[in-house]
Amino acid sequence: MRAHPAATLLPLLGLAAFFLLWEAVPLSGLVNPAFLPPPSVLPAAFLREWHSGQWMAAIGGSLGHYVLGLAIGVGLGIAAGTVTGLFRTAEGLTAWVVRVLRPVPGLAWVPFAIIWFGVNPSAAVFIIAIGVFWIVYFASHGAIRGVDRDLLELADAFGFRSAPERLIKVVWPAAMPGILVGVRTALGQAWMAVVAAEIFGVPGLGQRMMQASTLLATDIVVVYMLTMALLYGLIDAAFTALQARVLQWRA
Amino acid sequence: MAGLIGIRGLALTFTRDGTQTKVLDGLDLDIASGEFLAIVGASGVGKSTLLRVIAGLVRPSEGTVTVSPPEPGRRSVALVFQDARLLPWRRILDNVAFGLEKLKLPRAERKRRAQAALARVGLADLAGRWPFQLSGGQRQRVALARALAVEPHVLLMDEPFSALDALTREALQDELVRLCRAAGQTVLFVTHDIEEAVYLADRVVVLAGAPGSIRATHTLDAPHPRDRTAPALQETAQRIRADLTLTDRVAG
Repeated sequence: MRAHPAATLLPLLGLAAFFLLWEAVPLSGLVNPAFLPPPSVLPAAFLREWHSGQWMAAIGGSLGHYVLGLAIGVGLGIAAGTVTGLFRTAEGLTAWVVRVLRPVPGLAWVPFAIIWFGVNPSAAVFIIAIGVFWIVYFASHGAIRGVDRDLLELADAFGFRSAPERLIKVVWPAAMPGILVGVRTALGQAWMAVVAAEIFGVPGLGQRMMQASTLLATDIVVVYMLTMALLYGLIDAAFTALQARVLQWRA
Repeated sequence: MAGLIGIRGLALTFTRDGTQTKVLDGLDLDIASGEFLAIVGASGVGKSTLLRVIAGLVRPSEGTVTVSPPEPGRRSVALVFQDARLLPWRRILDNVAFGLEKLKLPRAERKRRAQAALARVGLADLAGRWPFQLSGGQRQRVALARALAVEPHVLLMDEPFSALDALTREALQDELVRLCRAAGQTVLFVTHDIEEAVYLADRVVVLAGAPGSIRATHTLDAPHPRDRTAPALQETAQRIRADLTLTDRVAG
């Protein structure tokens, strides 16, 4: 597919306009630059973080929590969604438990995370995993409920009758598109959970942002906001490419 | 001619929303090795259900169904559905190999047999394609190859060509005759198309009534390939039509 030149230029133009406006507002004196640092001060702030080694350390810490929390949340979400998607009894049993737990925001789990795990990486991983779990759970549950019964009959007809065989040969591959949509949403949600999870003192981007903001070092806060945006962008782009590859069988 | 499938006193009752519906009743049927048997009947008479009972997908309420046990590396029956029912996430060759994966064969052997089956239906070139890239007729050929790959004692076909356009349907009928006659493949073919039944089969069983039971049996001994317009076929078709009309009057 060949993109129209305007299609590639327009987003860049929009981004440039956004940064120009952002630069203009504090410089014009409309807002105190201490409250809204202009983009032009960010490279210097970034270099300070870089040379002190804090930037890399923060990214390393957060990525660790992110990957582990995401893996646990996605894994459990798919597993639980598979069970309730396949068995009506399981769906019925959990219907109200889900309604009770689902609306609890990730941040509300912070006190329990600290009580259960202490202020350490496991607590951050727990919060991220919980935030991700529900998204993947609902996506998997729906996708597995929606698997074409005819394909299950086909598996039956060729002798695949045990639950593991049916899962591997039909249910998971058929539900994969829906599950991956959930996982992609989870990739974004997990970054939001990273900040919530680290803000109470677990080393990472969130903690560094919190430290900077108590010192009113807003330029550093923005550096980390953009860092997170960059990491999210890279991960989402990589995931989209992977998704397209895995789902190339779709017309 | 050893009997591959023996059905005795078969009855089937469905329970849905508390009401019981008897779909099949008092069915006796034997299928001999090498035979091409067609079952003709109106929609809802239980033809497809009968195939599913034989395939082991549905348990009979009464009576017995005996299917000759398969040798290692084969299945006793393989089912071709009305829709091709390919797995969209598998390439064509892997779709053909689907049933072979249950048969505990070495990977190389599976691949060899899948390729051979695909070649038999004339689609060796499409091995690497995805199902969505194929036409309806090609997809149904792949479904046929998938069933043939497991070398079933009896090939069960559930109105396999009814969703295809007339030209494709005739081409596939001819292909089926060529493939099965040459190999002595036993076939149980369900259809509501009387012309199709008399063109393909050695024996046509008319299923009618509610619950469905065997109303008549017709034998056709014209050699293959047959002439679709041959008077003998037309005559049998006429008699089958009469069987079905008579039933309608009785049932109606």
